Amino acid sequence: MSRLPFYIIVGFLLVAGIATSVHRHIQFEIPWVPGEQRQVWEIEAVINFNAQNGPVQVDLALPSHQSGYRVLTENTASSGYGLAYQADELGRRAQWTTRDAAGSQQLYYSVQMLVSPDARPPVQTPPGLTSATPWESPYDSAASQLIDRAWARSANNATFARELILDLNGERQGENARLLLTQEAPSTLIVRLLNQAGVQAREVSGLLLEDGRRRQALSSWIQVFDEPANQWAIFNPLTGEQGQPENLLLWETGGRAVLEVEGGTNSRVMFSMLTHYQPASAAVRNHYSDDTLVNFSIHSLPLEEQALFQTILLIPIGALVVVFLRVLVGIKTSGTFMPVLIALAFIQTTLLTGLIGFLLIVAVGLIIRNYLSYLNLLLVARVSAVIITVIAIISIFTVLAYRMGLSAGLTVTFFPMIILAWTIERMSILWEEEGPKQVLIQGGGSLLTAVLAYLAMNNPWVRHITFNFLGVQLILMALILLLGNYTGYRLLELRRFKPITDDEKPS
Amino acid sequence: MSWLKDWTWPGRLQDKGIIGMNRRNIRYIGRYNSRRLYPLVDDKLKTKLLAQQYGITTPELIGTVATQFGVKHIGDMLTGHNGFVIKPAKGSGGKGILVIEKVVDNQFVKPSGAQQTLEDVERHVSNILSGLYSLGGSPDVAIIETLINFEESLMAYTYEGVPDIRVIVFKGYPVMAMMRLSTAASDGKANLHQGAVGVGLNIATGEALRGVQFDRPCFSHPDTGHDLASLVVPQWDTLLNLAAGCYEMTGLGYLGTDMVLDRQHGPMLLELNARPGLAIQMTNGEGLRRRLDLIERQPEGVAVEERVAFAQHHFARKSELVETSDTTLSSA
Repeated sequence: MSRLPFYIIVGFLLVAGIATSVHRHIQFEIPWVPGEQRQVWEIEAVINFNAQNGPVQVDLALPSHQSGYRVLTENTASSGYGLAYQADELGRRAQWTTRDAAGSQQLYYSVQMLVSPDARPPVQTPPGLTSATPWESPYDSAASQLIDRAWARSANNATFARELILDLNGERQGENARLLLTQEAPSTLIVRLLNQAGVQAREVSGLLLEDGRRRQALSSWIQVFDEPANQWAIFNPLTGEQGQPENLLLWETGGRAVLEVEGGTNSRVMFSMLTHYQPASAAVRNHYSDDTLVNFSIHSLPLEEQALFQTILLIPIGALVVVFLRVLVGIKTSGTFMPVLIALAFIQTTLLTGLIGFLLIVAVGLIIRNYLSYLNLLLVARVSAVIITVIAIISIFTVLAYRMGLSAGLTVTFFPMIILAWTIERMSILWEEEGPKQVLIQGGGSLLTAVLAYLAMNNPWVRHITFNFLGVQLILMALILLLGNYTGYRLLELRRFKPITDDEKPS
Repeated sequence: MSWLKDWTWPGRLQDKGIIGMNRRNIRYIGRYNSRRLYPLVDDKLKTKLLAQQYGITTPELIGTVATQFGVKHIGDMLTGHNGFVIKPAKGSGGKGILVIEKVVDNQFVKPSGAQQTLEDVERHVSNILSGLYSLGGSPDVAIIETLINFEESLMAYTYEGVPDIRVIVFKGYPVMAMMRLSTAASDGKANLHQGAVGVGLNIATGEALRGVQFDRPCFSHPDTGHDLASLVVPQWDTLLNLAAGCYEMTGLGYLGTDMVLDRQHGPMLLELNARPGLAIQMTNGEGLRRRLDLIERQPEGVAVEERVAFAQHHFARKSELVETSDTTLSSA
């Protein structure tokens, strides 16, 4: 019986695994170690309007690279519409067009923005001063009084803008301000007054980013061109506060409308957003990704599925830990791969909460299972009863934890309930037949294996390697095959068989 | 470094010819035991019927229970039998075996003296049927067989349970043997990891070589206090021939045979094991490796008697019990 084919397979797996990994490292410049994590915002804009049985043209402002944010990828979903992206010095816009549309219409635009504090906006050119529309009487005198008042109390463009905003809002809002506000919306009025005083200013629309928010609208902000610094300063039109809030994404900066719809009524645009962290390398890769055959990998999947695979690809690591501990060390576990599933649950619950939760559930389960054994039930019915018991225990613990304000207790629901039920059943039988010592040995072995598997699977480097280098799976396969061929002693056997080696000494 | 004293080096185990779990699984079980033959030994009922076919003596079968409906009739089946054993056909590691020594006033008395009602017995059978003790929890059949009236001369070496003799049969050759004596610690069961005493037996004569409890050497039975050195298994040649014959019966190359000695019927086959444990090396104080290597070099197709004679010739050993007890005396 030749072992040659076996070693050929193992060798092939090793070579293939290492080769694909090295290829990915070189071709896609994916580092071997995880870099810093980058925050990415996923923002979706939904345009709703009613089409009027005719040609429709929809014009939506799009965000551009700006200070703090960088555009990674963008997608649209709009069946039956032609789409064109346009860019000029005032910003980027998407234009959807169709010849004939009727009824309620929905258009989608989604963009991934990478949070990068060092991102700089493109070179700023001072815009030409828009000729101020003259006010009619009596508004002209009110406007000039406001401007004079703010001008006198300010030193430069920025402070002038701040004073003007404060004069139009809150306590300092005077008679003149109230009169002018009947004519214009606040932010538009501020820009008009600033322009009238010869200060370059414009109104921009921005989105305040908050994780998990849906159906959000854009808010108005005032930008004033700061002459010496040669850049735009941003002001809150309500408080006069200067500076861009960290979570403000500027959506439209050209002073134009965010959404223009021709051939439709009741148009509006709503935004929803989500944030997540991903390795900088992945963020960069997304930036350059294109749909070639080489890109045929799980990294071309939508992010949600990728996140799922991130967990699935860790399972072989857990399996390797189990094989290692059983074949090389000789640890007894209750249920071969039960520890891997427990370790997966630990990833969700964090280690300490997971350990406490697991011990509580199994301990209470064992007590109830002990009573069930008096009822003389058939096996399937009894295990089913244990499953329901486990669910009840988990529910009670969750509610208790919530009541006591322990939000960590809520994650207990991540435990695989059927597996727990079988664990309890097996341990209970073990208890009856072999006594509590064996339960401790096997239960402890299972927990130790689960903790080690968790530590391996939750290691950032392991996560990075398994997720980014699929070839590693082949290497794991080869290692497991090799371990399956190991005929040497287990570590614990060195202790077990120790007495045999002793008794040669006396003779 | 005191914790290191409980550990040894792989090289020293190698020198002793000790076989580890991994080697047993890959090199012997995996190579010599064909998967399709497993059901013959994993199902004790099949083993029993097969043994009858091959003329190998086994304890007399009282009956089997295969359905939950049949559980209700177990009382009728048991009338007239004073001592009996109920076991799952697919049980492993001695799990689910209920031994009833005698029946007094409809109370079933276990060897420990504990009394069981008919209801308890029925529940036990019901548990067996639902697969509580079987491998993988699959539905099972309960086997009821007569209690073995075990050999008087061995009575002194055991506490409550029946002492059984495990012979490892490799390619039809008996390579190593031990006797398992139940103790109070093992609750009348003959499982070594539960505290039964294992006594290595000389393949040539059936005499005790050395005793082990909880993997540590021992020289007398912990409960009866009887000296293990004087232990000799009667009808040893018959027993070895019976064990060796199981190779032809099952076709399994690496086999653990569990035998008992009955007062009237002599050696009987209790059950077979396709994955025999490694504790037998501890009780013999010797690794299996050299003996297995020697057998692997022997040709196929040798008759049972010749194989037994070969093993008795090559694997004869001197008892350590006499020797070591001498040294302890002199040192004391």
